Amino acid sequence: MIITALIIAISVITLFAVLGLVLVYMERKVAAFMQIRLGPMRVGPWGIAQTLADTVKLISKEDIIPNGADKFLFNLAPLMVTVIATLALAPLPFSDKWIIWDSNVGVFYVAAISSLTVISILTGGWASNNKYSLIGAMRSGAQIVSYELSVGLSLVAMVLLSGSLSFSDIVMTQQDAWWIFKGHLPAWIAFMVFIIASTAELNRNPFDLPEAESELTAGFHTEYSGMKFALFMLSEYINMFIVSAVAATLFLGGWMPLHFGQDNFFNHIMDYIPPLVWFAGKVFFIIFLIMWFRWTFPRLRIDQLLTLEWKYLLPISLINVLAAAWITVTGWHF
Amino acid sequence: MGTESLLVLFFAGLFFAGAALIVSALIHPTSKNPQKKEPYECGIQTIGTSKIQFKIGYYLFALIFLLFDVELIFLYPWAVAIKDFGVIAFIEMFIFLVILLLGLVYAWKKGALKWV
Amino acid sequence: MEQVQNIVSDRELQGSNLQTQEYFINVGPQHPSTHGVLHLKIKLDGEIIEDVDPILGYIHRSVEKMCEKLSYRQIIPITSRMDYLSAHINNQAVALAVEKAMAVEVPPRARAIRILMAELTRIGSHQLWWGVMGMDLGALTPFFWGFRDREMITEMFEETCGTRLTMNYIIPGGVATDVHPDFIGKVKNYIRHLRKKLPEYDEILTGNRIFIERTRGVGYLSPEEAVSFGCTGPTARGSGVSCDIRKWHSYDGYDKLDFNEVLFNEGDNLARYKVRIKEIWESLRIIEQVVENFPEGEVMGKMKKVIKLPKGEFYQRVETARGELGVYIVSDGGNTPYRIKFRSPNFSNLSVLKKIVVGSKIADMVATMSTLDLVIPDIDR
Repeated sequence: MIITALIIAISVITLFAVLGLVLVYMERKVAAFMQIRLGPMRVGPWGIAQTLADTVKLISKEDIIPNGADKFLFNLAPLMVTVIATLALAPLPFSDKWIIWDSNVGVFYVAAISSLTVISILTGGWASNNKYSLIGAMRSGAQIVSYELSVGLSLVAMVLLSGSLSFSDIVMTQQDAWWIFKGHLPAWIAFMVFIIASTAELNRNPFDLPEAESELTAGFHTEYSGMKFALFMLSEYINMFIVSAVAATLFLGGWMPLHFGQDNFFNHIMDYIPPLVWFAGKVFFIIFLIMWFRWTFPRLRIDQLLTLEWKYLLPISLINVLAAAWITVTGWHF
Repeated sequence: MGTESLLVLFFAGLFFAGAALIVSALIHPTSKNPQKKEPYECGIQTIGTSKIQFKIGYYLFALIFLLFDVELIFLYPWAVAIKDFGVIAFIEMFIFLVILLLGLVYAWKKGALKWV
Repeated sequence: MEQVQNIVSDRELQGSNLQTQEYFINVGPQHPSTHGVLHLKIKLDGEIIEDVDPILGYIHRSVEKMCEKLSYRQIIPITSRMDYLSAHINNQAVALAVEKAMAVEVPPRARAIRILMAELTRIGSHQLWWGVMGMDLGALTPFFWGFRDREMITEMFEETCGTRLTMNYIIPGGVATDVHPDFIGKVKNYIRHLRKKLPEYDEILTGNRIFIERTRGVGYLSPEEAVSFGCTGPTARGSGVSCDIRKWHSYDGYDKLDFNEVLFNEGDNLARYKVRIKEIWESLRIIEQVVENFPEGEVMGKMKKVIKLPKGEFYQRVETARGELGVYIVSDGGNTPYRIKFRSPNFSNLSVLKKIVVGSKIADMVATMSTLDLVIPDIDR
């Protein structure tokens, strides 16, 4: 019991550290290649140790708490955001055997936990006693909360099609084909809405208004320095991983290899690739998509951002839920 | 593992963040310069306080969100059970969602979705 | 807001302390989007700007006073440091003013080189602006693409002038030295390169839906206001005000070249954006024409060792990448100017900022400031 707990704790902390290092490195390389440059090249071959060096730098940086800041909340926010990101990892199936908490309400749990992130951002922004942070926090309040609806509704559409709230059950329903292939139009729409809305939930470009660099200098984390800032950044990347893992599991079959139909030659060949590789491949594909957005799109304005959600994505996803329900009831999907 | 794994994760996250902050606190330098602790406002002293009564437009969206989110929760159990109940569940939820959509249209027409 | 105020009736609101508090925020001098040490004191209601107050003087170097103690050749390096993105054109303005006063004939090859340098400067400046505009709107990739293409121009400058930013190459009487032997070939290559790359600019930014939404109808500047605030350059031409000095008061042989003045009538950020993009194309056309008939011969006219301007007042205007730069020299017959005054385009363009951003959001202000294309050392001098 305690041994299992320890194993889980150690592996999660390792996952945290490794994901942070890998994703930051990946972001810098993806950005670099889109911008016709090489990115980090000096520390280690192809600069692979660059993020490690950066971590050392961030740890040894001075920690500044500004005058007039609410010290308790100011320190609590980075802790909170990290803990929330860890908790959301629980029900994700990394492979057919690797799952921390095989819950029968996994989808619901992830939706609930990930919506807590906004509280830590609001806390950090408000406690900083800085007007830029305040505007950033307020923006994130309106933004994350709004886009949560679309995320939730596209999750509901997938729950309808698969008939389960458990991630491992949803993966098993994709044994004959991934939902993106057999879910018809509702799965497609849900996938696109999910990707757009979760990019907004992550505060990433084109929806990075809470930290809009050219307007608010650094938005809600303007006053954070050193390790506290690093925790904000790290949990942003962990959240990106979680969102991509959810998308990969619901739409692209999670760890399920690429299958078409039942028990044929093609499926057997695909089975030779281990599930963990399939999972990582899909997750990193979606992470790449989200990074691609960031480096090619300009930023929206706050009113356009809310218009997009309330006047386009929300009605679309409401109708999409109905369409998915109709398909499920009539059994039109394969 | 069961639900207790959440507790493990909670403490793992807390340990990770806490350890990072403590290690950082042990080795980072501290400046005694009082100006360093001034709130950053592009190098100029900030005018007035930052703890102000902020514009209500942001909270308004949170209010509408609350209405929709509460109703979204009802969709989850329905989504799981729809296969057992068939068309009747679909029709019931159709009515429910139409009311929800009407609410959205109402808020739209009232101008609650317009940013001011 | 209306519906909120309906719920809480006005009677209750008045006298209570429930109303939104307005607050001041300082944007700059250390801010990513002011591109220098411009300081804007903004009064905000939530995110809506109620008042903007530009505060200048952070990089004031008293250029004009300094020039009173310098000979006319020494003034040239000072002007390079005003609008550092149009250094060649600033130099050209002083050189032209001195030549006009002394009635010196500039050899045709020098004039051709001047046009080449000026137009390359304009392209480089617009490319840098294009990248920075993307960055202000949150897209970082255009910044690097713009700099990639500008870098080739800077390299060409470096070969000929020896410097990359503050050239001091165009001097009274002509240009300092002849161009590098590879220069013309490189310019020809560059035209070919840029004609291929400019459509890419449109693909990543101009054609983007978000970009158009962010700029169309934002920061409207009417032609009347543009004229009354003294706006020039692309800022005014975006409002349909024809003000290209190269057309109206031609200098250095621009009148013999075939090019169009780019005009758009919408007056918003998108129009100002389009003017600059089209100006790059027009500049390419000018460069092509000059390169095809590149004259041979001297690059320096007959100048005395010590330049002494006759007694009197002289004015010369040129079109920099940002608008009209005027040089007004009062001479008492000595070898230094009695008084010199630069009419910088950026100062007038900045003055219009308050007029067009009040009532819009912070994000719009950043976009508008970006399309005004401000260079702060030119405002403060």
